[in-house]
Amino acid sequence: MLEFRGVRLALGDFRLSADLTVGAGARVALIGPSGSGKSTLLGLISGFLIPDQGQVLWQGRDLAPLSPGKRPVSVLFQDQNLFPHLSVGQNVGLGLRPDLRLSPAERDRVAGALARVGLQDMADRRPAQLSGGQQSRVALARVLLRARPILLLDEPFGALGPALKDEMLDLLAEIAGQTDATVLMVSHDPDDARRFAAETIVIHDGRADPPVPTGALLDDPPPDLKAYLGG
Amino acid sequence: MAGGVLAVRSGFGGAVTAALLAGLILGTLAAVASYAGGLSGLGPWDWRAVWFTLWQAAVSATLSAILAIPVARALARRQFPGRSVLVTLLGAPFILPVIVAIMGLISVFGRNGLLNEGFRALGLPEISIYGWQGVILAHVFFNLPLSVRLVLQGWQAIPAERFRLAESLGFAPGDVARHLERPMLRAVLPGIWLAVFLVCLTSFAVALALGGGPKATTVELAIYQAFRFDFEMGRAATLGLVQVGLCLGAMALASRFTIPSGFGAGMDSTASLRGPAGWRRGGDALVIALAAGFLLWPMLTVILAGLPRLPALETTVWAAAGRSVIMALVSALLTLALGLVLSLDIARGRAGWPARLIEAAGMLPIIASPLVLGTGLFLILRVWITPGQLALPVTVAINAIMALPFALRALIPAARVLEQDYGRLAASLDLRGWARLRHLTLPRLARPLGFAGGLAAALAMGDLGVITLFASDQPTLPLKLFQLMTAYRMADAAGCAVLLMAISFALFWAFDRGGRLNA
Repeated sequence: MLEFRGVRLALGDFRLSADLTVGAGARVALIGPSGSGKSTLLGLISGFLIPDQGQVLWQGRDLAPLSPGKRPVSVLFQDQNLFPHLSVGQNVGLGLRPDLRLSPAERDRVAGALARVGLQDMADRRPAQLSGGQQSRVALARVLLRARPILLLDEPFGALGPALKDEMLDLLAEIAGQTDATVLMVSHDPDDARRFAAETIVIHDGRADPPVPTGALLDDPPPDLKAYLGG
Repeated sequence: MAGGVLAVRSGFGGAVTAALLAGLILGTLAAVASYAGGLSGLGPWDWRAVWFTLWQAAVSATLSAILAIPVARALARRQFPGRSVLVTLLGAPFILPVIVAIMGLISVFGRNGLLNEGFRALGLPEISIYGWQGVILAHVFFNLPLSVRLVLQGWQAIPAERFRLAESLGFAPGDVARHLERPMLRAVLPGIWLAVFLVCLTSFAVALALGGGPKATTVELAIYQAFRFDFEMGRAATLGLVQVGLCLGAMALASRFTIPSGFGAGMDSTASLRGPAGWRRGGDALVIALAAGFLLWPMLTVILAGLPRLPALETTVWAAAGRSVIMALVSALLTLALGLVLSLDIARGRAGWPARLIEAAGMLPIIASPLVLGTGLFLILRVWITPGQLALPVTVAINAIMALPFALRALIPAARVLEQDYGRLAASLDLRGWARLRHLTLPRLARPLGFAGGLAAALAMGDLGVITLFASDQPTLPLKLFQLMTAYRMADAAGCAVLLMAISFALFWAFDRGGRLNA
């Protein structure tokens, strides 16, 4: 269970407060106007931001003492998810050992993860030699290997076309299901939320609301969300 | 715990390095200050050195800046084969050993140089390269090419559309100058003048080889003479403080302007403008030929005289070369290590004054000249170590420190980009310490590291500075060359000069190339 207990954060003029819990294994969309604090909420979980007050807890443990790399979290950023100077295989291998000293068994696992996302022959290529969709698959293969219980997505598929994005979301759902991950996904697109996330956290006016069922929320949105979604 | 943005936890490497660096430089200056007598300890000779230092630096800067204008204009508006090679060569004096250039200038402008032989043949009076005119000539030789590159950058920064607009409005060359070129020059020339002035203010090797005497002694040279010949440490220290004061004054002046950097940053090799036809075409050609001749002729003379002597060079020259290469490599690696630690820490952007202090520590070497640092280190260490033992380590350390500001200029922007693009990803993957250095930092910063290492190695290789205070039995290659020159063994000196020039350029090339290998 992921819990925000009395969390308050101020960055200049920006304020965010959150009191909510997300069940283990849940898939949650974060919806709200741009600048409302969706990425900030993810930053508080991934450890790039520290709350002024309150705690972020996972399974009852305060995450505050843990640096980003030690948290039970994998992140897919908006961009720069791969190191361009490392091969595809090395980028995935970083998910197992950051020093890349992989044993033969670990190499097999890297190959397996690449095969799982349909890139079995691409291990020696550089990211720049792959298409945008293939680059997303490499990042997903690393998520699969890291197998962290929390997965945060900060619109990593925003640059992909609609068909490709749906494909990635389906693959992501499979991978998340395989690792029983709790997934929080920033989204601008209500259809993505419906497709992928049973629950949704609405962020508005400096506040993150507790998650509610996505379908019911989008069928009958409150006035300010309605204005944001348009129509 | 304070809230807000969590800087990724790092060691205190940057702060510790900055503190050590500041301690070393400021501690050395403090040692100098404690030995220094009052200004009343300085005689009329010393004050003449202060006056000459300021005066020659001002004249050298003015000449370099003014002469750079026609050359840069000609290069900006003319296309000809070899243009990009020439523009690249204009960057070469930065890593050309000073003493080699002096060899070249002597072989062209000296007593037996081509110029004076021509004058004699025509029955004209000879000119002497020794004295103030030689010091200024050498300073212009070094700084004119860099000034040309900087003014050229200014010209190329004027959008081509402006020139096209001017053409469509029927501007005469005078109108173009008035509306486009002069405003640009007014913006860039003060910074260029100050950059050259600063360099000439701490000039030592040029004054050592071509100056001297009451009319052409710089403060740096006066420190050397007080230290080495008179062994008056108090006076050397007082002069050192005067030198620091001059540098600080110039820096204070410079802080009002943007000081440009004349190397690195890709030079656009295609001229986007169409120059005016008529007599101006011939004028531009003449200007370019004169500038190229001034730059290349001395170098060619040395190379032609020295190449045949290479096989005959005595073993002590080769021994000096080996010693210098090792010292240059150690010095370059030290610069890179210091520069990397400082720039990574600065790039992590720990907010506010700590980052600014660390950056300031990296730029400290600018206020302390090599001879001042050398004097100070000697004063501190002489209780334990003899000057002879001190010579090589102190030279390596001071060269490493002096190259640091250049290295930081190349490394800090690259480290900032690295941190911006990949800092979060690396942190979220727990990429730390050695693994981060090996798999992220070194590969991503290879280019600026190679470039900075090349600069540091070439500068250390060619340096004839602090070593002159201490050593003679274990000379570096530049010192060996200077010893051959003062012994009037000019043929051997030419061979030695070719060797030194070749090694300096080879070191720069190897480092710079190494940084691009995996790109």
